[in-house]
Amino acid sequence: MSTVAVAFEKAAAEDRAALVGYLPAGFPDKQTAIRAALAMAEAGADVIEVGLPYSDPLMDGPVIADAVYRALKGGTKIADVFDLVSAIADAGTAAVVMTYWNPVDHYGVDAFARDLAGAGGAGLITPDLTPEEAQPWLDASDARGLDRVFLVAPSSPPARVAAITGLCRGFVYAVSLMGITGARDAVSSSAAGVVARIREHTDLPAAVGLGVSTGAQAREVAGFADGVIVGSAFVRRLAQAGTPAEAVAAVRDLTADLAQGVRRG
Amino acid sequence: MAAIEQLAKEYEAARNDPEFTAELTDLLKNYAARPTLLSEAKRFGREFAGGARVLLKREDLAHTGSHKINNVLGQVLLTKRMGKTRVIAETGAGQHGVATATACALLGLECVVYMGEEDTRRQALNVSRMRMLGATVVPVTAGTRTLKDAMNEAFRDWVTTVDDTHYCIGSVGGPHPFPMMVRDFQRVIGIEARQQVLELAGRLPDAVVACVGGGSNAIGIFHAFIPDEGVRLIGCEAGGDGDGRPERSAATLTLGTPGVLHGMRTYVLQDAEGQTLDTHSISAGLDYPGVGPEHSWLKDAGRAEYRSVSDSEAMEGFAALCKTEGIIPALESAHAVAGAMRLGRELGPDALILVNLSGRGDKDVATASAYFGV
Repeated sequence: MSTVAVAFEKAAAEDRAALVGYLPAGFPDKQTAIRAALAMAEAGADVIEVGLPYSDPLMDGPVIADAVYRALKGGTKIADVFDLVSAIADAGTAAVVMTYWNPVDHYGVDAFARDLAGAGGAGLITPDLTPEEAQPWLDASDARGLDRVFLVAPSSPPARVAAITGLCRGFVYAVSLMGITGARDAVSSSAAGVVARIREHTDLPAAVGLGVSTGAQAREVAGFADGVIVGSAFVRRLAQAGTPAEAVAAVRDLTADLAQGVRRG
Repeated sequence: MAAIEQLAKEYEAARNDPEFTAELTDLLKNYAARPTLLSEAKRFGREFAGGARVLLKREDLAHTGSHKINNVLGQVLLTKRMGKTRVIAETGAGQHGVATATACALLGLECVVYMGEEDTRRQALNVSRMRMLGATVVPVTAGTRTLKDAMNEAFRDWVTTVDDTHYCIGSVGGPHPFPMMVRDFQRVIGIEARQQVLELAGRLPDAVVACVGGGSNAIGIFHAFIPDEGVRLIGCEAGGDGDGRPERSAATLTLGTPGVLHGMRTYVLQDAEGQTLDTHSISAGLDYPGVGPEHSWLKDAGRAEYRSVSDSEAMEGFAALCKTEGIIPALESAHAVAGAMRLGRELGPDALILVNLSGRGDKDVATASAYFGV
C-alpha cells in the first residue's frame, strides 16, 4: 500500500478528510520550498503535492502560474523536484508530484518513474495526460508501484468517469468547477456532484481541488469528500511573505487552520 | 475533453451537411472574395529568384488581408450551429484576431481576442482594427508575452466558459479536431491554386513554398499537392537571428524535438528538461515554439522539406517584393518570399515556383520602417 493510501486511511479512521497541500519546487527558492513543505507536514498536512514547474501551466491561474514562472527563471530543475520529494518522504509524509506531461515525456517515462520512486515519491498527479495517451505511464507506474492520479471534471460524462477512475491509484482528483486553479469566495456547487459521480465507479478516496483556500471551506468540503486539496492559498502566502522565515511561518499557520477544518465539525 | 469531443462530433456532422457547406461556400465567394488571384511575379522572378518563374497565390487579397478568414468563417458558422454565443481566439500578428473579430461582427457573436502584450505593441494597427470591429482585445502579460502565452490564456478562458463559448484556434495546432478542422477549412487555397497554375502554366509547379508558424497557410496550400509526387513542398520557418540557436528562432521543425504542447504531440522548441523555449522572430505570426502535427508528419514522412529563413533574409524578401511587384507582403509571408528567392537561385530559370502570399503587410509598415530606417 502506498504512503498516500495509508495517509487517506489514517484520515478516514480519524473520521476526517485528508489534507493535501500543494507547493511548487523552487519557489520562492529551493531551500525555502523545502522548509515550507516540512512545516506543512508538521502542522498537519497528510499528503504534500509537489508541483513540477512547467513553462506552460494551462490549468493554473495567475498565482501558481507566476510562481512556477519565477521558479523556472530561478533555475529550478527536475532534480530539485526530486530533492523536495525526498525531504518530505524522509520526514515521514506522503509526497506526490503534480506535473504537466511534457517534462515527463522528455525525461523518459521509465526514467522518471525510477527516479521518483528512488526519491520516495508515491506517484503523480497528471492534469493534461488523457487516459487514451497514458499507456506508457500505466506500465511505468505498475513497474515501480507508483500511484497515478487523474482528474475528473464536472463536464466528464459517466463513461469517461468510469475510464478515468479505473486507471487511478491512490486517490481520484475531483475538480470542483470548470476553471483554473485559484482561490474562490465559495466552494463550487458542482463539487459534491463530482465526488458523488466518482463514488459510483470506485472505492478510491476522492479529493476535491480548485478554489479551496480557508479552514471554513475545507470543513465544507470535508462534509462530502475524502480529501481537500489546497494550492493557490499556500502559494499566495509564499509570494507575499517578506522573508523566508515569514513564508515558512505563513504556510505553517494556514496548514494548521486547514487541518482543523478537515476535522468535520 | 468533453468540449473537444463535442466539437469533433459537431464538426463531423457539419462537414457532411450540404447546407453548412453551401453557406460556407457562399461566404467565401461573396464575402471573403474567393477565389483569390494567382499573380505572376515576373520582375521579382527575373531580378531576385534566379530567373525562375514565380507565381503568387494572393491570399493577401482575401477580405481582412490574409488567409485567416477561410478558417474563421468555417469555425464561426460552426459556433452558431452549436448554439454558442461567444467566440475567443488567440492571435500573434493579429491577422487571425482581425479575421475572427470580422466574422463575429458579421454573424452577431461576442468576440474576445487574447494577444501577447509584446505583440499588441508591434502589431498595433491590428489591435485597433479588432477594437473597431467590436472585439475585446486582452493583452497577455504572462511568459514571453507572445503567441504561445496568448494561446495558454485562451485555453484558460475556455475551460471556464465552455458552455457558451467556442475557442476558434487560428492555426493547425491544438487538440483534435482542431488540426484537421483548420486544415480542411484552409484546403481551399491549394485546391484553387493547383487549378490556377495548371491553367496559367500548363503544368504543375516544381515547388510550393509557404511560411510556417503554426502552419495553417502552408498546410492549406500544400494539401492539394501532396499526391503530386513531383511537386516539392517547402515550408519556411522563422530562423530569427539565423545563427542556429533555437531560443533565438522559431524554427520548430528545423531545430526542435518531439514533445507535447497545447494538446498535440508534435515538434517543439524545448530545453533539456522539456520546458518550452522562449522564441524569437521579427514576425509575430511565426513566433511560436510548436507547429501543427501534420507538418511534423510531413517532415518525418519526407514529403515536405522545412527550411529556416532568418529575420534579415525575410526583410530582403519583403523589400524585393515591394520594389519589383508593388506588393507589400506580411512579414510572415516575406519568409516564403525569401524562401522562393533562395530556391529560385538553386533551381534556375526553368523552375516554376508557387508561393503562398498568405497576407498583406500594412500591419508591418512600422516594423519595416524601423528596420530599414526609412
